[in-house]
Amino acid sequence: MSSESISNVPPSVKGVDRDKDMSSHPINVESKGVNFWYGDNQVLFDVSLQVPERSVTAFIGPSGCGKSTFLRCLNRMNDLIEGTRITGELQIEGQDINAKDVDVVLLRKHVGMVFQKSTPFPKSIFDNVAYGPRIAGQRNRAYLADLVESCLRQAALWDEVKDRLQDSAMALSGGQQQRLCIARTLATKPKIILMDEPASALDPASTSRIEDLIGELCNEYTIIIVTHNMQQASRVSHQTAFFFEGKLIELARTTQIFTNPKQKQTEDYITGRFG
Amino acid sequence: MRRRLLLSSSFRLICRVAVYSAILVLVTLLSVVLWLAMERLTLQFFQRGFSLIPDRAGIKAGIWGSFWLISLTAIFSLPVGIGAAVYLEEYASDTRLTRLIKVNLSNLAGVPSIVYGMLGLTVFVRMFGMFGRGIQLNLLSGWLVVPLPFGKSVIAGALTMSLLILPVVIITTQEALRAVPGTIRTASLALGATRWQTIWSQILPASLPGITTGAILAISRAIGETAPLIMVGAVTYCRICPGGIESVQTLLTDPQRVLAAPFDKYTAMPISIYGWITSGPPFMSVAAAGIVVLLFVLTCFNGIAVYIRQRARNKLKW
Ligand SMILES: Nc1ncnc2c1ncn2[C@@H]1O[C@H](COP(=O)(O)OP(=O)(O)OP(=O)(O)O)[C@@H](O)[C@H]1O
Ligand SMILES: [Mg+2]
Repeated sequence: MSSESISNVPPSVKGVDRDKDMSSHPINVESKGVNFWYGDNQVLFDVSLQVPERSVTAFIGPSGCGKSTFLRCLNRMNDLIEGTRITGELQIEGQDINAKDVDVVLLRKHVGMVFQKSTPFPKSIFDNVAYGPRIAGQRNRAYLADLVESCLRQAALWDEVKDRLQDSAMALSGGQQQRLCIARTLATKPKIILMDEPASALDPASTSRIEDLIGELCNEYTIIIVTHNMQQASRVSHQTAFFFEGKLIELARTTQIFTNPKQKQTEDYITGRFG
Repeated sequence: MRRRLLLSSSFRLICRVAVYSAILVLVTLLSVVLWLAMERLTLQFFQRGFSLIPDRAGIKAGIWGSFWLISLTAIFSLPVGIGAAVYLEEYASDTRLTRLIKVNLSNLAGVPSIVYGMLGLTVFVRMFGMFGRGIQLNLLSGWLVVPLPFGKSVIAGALTMSLLILPVVIITTQEALRAVPGTIRTASLALGATRWQTIWSQILPASLPGITTGAILAISRAIGETAPLIMVGAVTYCRICPGGIESVQTLLTDPQRVLAAPFDKYTAMPISIYGWITSGPPFMSVAAAGIVVLLFVLTCFNGIAVYIRQRARNKLKW
């Protein structure tokens, strides 16, 4: 097969240094032999991987291969679905998150999540961002105002909404809503941010804003992003994981996955032979 | 082609006739009632209680009776109904038992009201004869006297009405909760909210218009309901208002009467109307006046429900 079809890796977004040496970063997320079932239907098979702190990891793979399922394991959102079962070990900062004494509410504050479909609450922009801290018991108005501003700035939304913080969030455009959801997640001060196809419903301009945003956030947060867009995966991530039929086929540096994958299946997928 | 056009236009005609004839019947009915009621709808009509002389008959006792009945019904049925719906929709896992309950709720909503009347008679009015001739419970150092069994008191009627509208309240609340997109739930939980916080600060506010509308419609059903009240002993010939409260001022300033009112005997608007209608031709116009008042109250309730729903529709869009 010709190698040129996979050799054109687009330049990375600002802030993501794909060649950065991550070996000094502590391991933030570690999965050891994770299996997962919906009822009797096993959808994850023996998934083991490591994610270093303050890096971006992209999950790619054909539809239905279990990317979202694995992502939801990391903040235990699968608990909400009846009849699910998980075996193996998932550690976040060295702690087994499926242990009996783990406080799921704290875990979810620690591991934020941004969904494919933007999900603003039918409240004002301000209340959307302040929701997380408020339910955590934060009542100090001045503190909340500062926090909302800094989160909206980090999410590159402040300039667009600073004059209408009290307006309904439902009136924002799709791209703005998605950035609002990111700001809302940042407000709970997570360490890890999970993004499940955050830009798949957005136009190219909004998509590239989200990508730039990931470049800025990755100096502070550990980010795991699911995407069907190969270009996007290669632009924003340090390492890329390829899932196929519930198995983790390959996890390697993004530049390596896109230029010189070890597994035949990965290569076939990236070159568009299937999926 | 022509045949199809003909078919379509004649179908339209039939539908139109159906609508207009229904409206015609309704309008005729209303105008007859209004016309009959004209001479009676004076201020005095609202200031008088029951009387054997048509000229002295009024609806005051009926209005105050309905007021107490409906307020107590709302106090009993709304918290229980909304709580039950929240439990069924948000907490209960999908077991055979919860499925059984959910299915039977709609069956309960369809049970004829007279059956609830009989239930209320045994359970609340007589309390299965548990207390023999009856006892009096003195609470709050004599301020509150609770007769057991409740007998033919407002509270027995209100508890019966609560049972009657509970299924409706639960079902409409369930529907309102189900209409809240699941993404709101997941998003809130993913931000580290507890189940309770999610329900309290996201789901209930978002479904409040639906819940209120359902509650108002259920309550207005209770206002017009007659059969079960006859069973549980609303008194047709009743001159007095529960607790002897005859003005808003007394209601707000005399707590002892307020506490006593639920255990008093009572009449209600539809019961008064029923009483007048069965009292012979001289009372026809009195009954008509009562009907107009009752219809007015019901229209107000429905109007509020429509207003809330309309406003919510304009405000919330996902
Ligand atoms: N709530 C659920 N109940 C039962 N099965 C589910 C549920 N969610 C997902 N599945 C199944 O699990 C498998 C993996 O689904 P998942 O959503 O994780 O795939 P994915 O890789 O995220 O796909 P996509 O790229 O289309 O989002 C699929 O076969 C799907 O049918
Ligand atoms: Mg998915």
